[in-house]
Amino acid sequence: MKRPIRWLLYALLLLLFLLHNDFWFWETSQLVLGVPVGLLYHIGFCLAATLLMAALVKYVI
Amino acid sequence: MSLAIIFIYIALVLTLGVLSHKLFRNTGEDYFVASRTINWFILLMSLFGTNMTAFSILGASGEAYHRGIGVFALMASSSALVVPCVFLFIGTRLWKLGKQFGYMTQVQYFRDRWESDSLGLLLFIVLVLLIIPYLLIGVMGGGGTLATITDGTIPQWLGGLLICAVVLSYVTYSGMRGTAWVNTFQTLVFMTLGGLTFFVIVNRMGGLANAIAKVDPGLLMQAEHIKPLELLTYICIPLSVGMFPHIFMHWLTAKDVGSFRYAVLLYPLCIAIVWIPSVLLGILGNVDIPGLKGAQANTVLIQMIDTHAPGILAGFLGAGVFAAIMSSLDSQSLSIGSMFTHDIVRFYRRKQGRKQMSERQQIGVGRLFVAGVLCVTYLISLIATPSIFRLAIWAFTGFSGLFPIVVASLFWQRSTKHGVFAAVISVILLWLYFFLRNWQTPGYTVGGSGIMPVAMLIAVSSVTLIVVSLFTKPPTSQTLRKFFTDSDVGGTPELPIAESSNL
Repeated sequence: MKRPIRWLLYALLLLLFLLHNDFWFWETSQLVLGVPVGLLYHIGFCLAATLLMAALVKYVI
Repeated sequence: MSLAIIFIYIALVLTLGVLSHKLFRNTGEDYFVASRTINWFILLMSLFGTNMTAFSILGASGEAYHRGIGVFALMASSSALVVPCVFLFIGTRLWKLGKQFGYMTQVQYFRDRWESDSLGLLLFIVLVLLIIPYLLIGVMGGGGTLATITDGTIPQWLGGLLICAVVLSYVTYSGMRGTAWVNTFQTLVFMTLGGLTFFVIVNRMGGLANAIAKVDPGLLMQAEHIKPLELLTYICIPLSVGMFPHIFMHWLTAKDVGSFRYAVLLYPLCIAIVWIPSVLLGILGNVDIPGLKGAQANTVLIQMIDTHAPGILAGFLGAGVFAAIMSSLDSQSLSIGSMFTHDIVRFYRRKQGRKQMSERQQIGVGRLFVAGVLCVTYLISLIATPSIFRLAIWAFTGFSGLFPIVVASLFWQRSTKHGVFAAVISVILLWLYFFLRNWQTPGYTVGGSGIMPVAMLIAVSSVTLIVVSLFTKPPTSQTLRKFFTDSDVGGTPELPIAESSNL
């Protein structure tokens, strides 16, 4: 049971690495919730990294 | 007022250092790695605090002043992903090996892993040389900040001396436990004060939305100041944590492997808490204090405080900067002291067949080296030019270039000492080449493409390590049995954390 979850989490890790390169907001200075959308995206990225780390600690190990 | 706050802060730090000494066990293991008894919370705070320097508070604001929001993606969110992964996949394994074989430094481990004394000596020299500029910027940056905050009442040389004296006091007196306790306190201080500074200044500027509306839109997007390949390859920089001697030493302090759990899990959140205010205030600095050139922008935060909330807040900022600097400087000086004690003095005494050092002697020698490192650092800081800051930033690239070595040591049984030798030499040569290129052309990237030199260092050292290893004699089966279990053959070793019942 653990092995498929482990590989899924490794895949998510790779996906998160790819998502770090947010070229879709590259030329946008639009504000969302009073914050530049590019910055808000990376704040969200930190939260996503926290969730993934929680899963890695729980399932991979 | 600001001076009073800074001195109160220093008194608190010293008190904590003295209190932690009550638990001191008078052994070398306790002095250097706190008898491997540090719990999850102190491990998280000390790892995070050690990794955050004054650069995270002042330098990040300065960078964001010039380059806008992209700085957060380059330096913060990349670390939020990479650093916890290094803790999880590298740190936990090294912790296990450290506990099992009694290691206190990286060099001890690498010497055993590849059965080579000379490789250990080479790595010792490279690691110490890379960390010296890193120590220097702490002392110089702290002294400079204090001079600015106090309008020159405390000159830079005195500020640097104060920082070194405080760190010297609690590190030599209480060793790693004192360092970890003080780091925890300091990390909480700079995380809290960073947020406080942000809210006070933004409030005085009429709210975030109001202030940000006045900023040049070019700073609110990445396209204007960052190349896509720079963002892609900058993620290699945080890999440097895998080779930092001071981070290695903090890993070894963990009580059990389960203590890593929250360091892995909460690290991305801690990064966000520190870097969001730093980056946003740097950007907003363009509204308040336009026209700062180059390194002048590193003072933007101090100038903004001076504009909006002088006095108490300036004192708090000074305390916050001190906290960030000392929480790195203490661990770095202790780790170098530990390396000199174990990798040079103890190692060569044993090799010469001389009597082993007693616990008391180990502690004494360790204290002597910590004091020596801090004194030398301080003296160099008096004559070093500001260009040392550029050198220090390049130290990260050097540590990252060495990252494939620690990966190979843990995951590739076939790696050989010759392969590692070749990889280290390739890192030295490429580092010198790119460093000189960058010195001539600040902001240099490979071929102007945006590719960071660090990516080249990692790629070349990896290929060199693999190719040379495949053509040279592998370590003995005895050594491989020591570091890998039978189940590791043909695959990666199991995570040691799995053995913990605490998870």
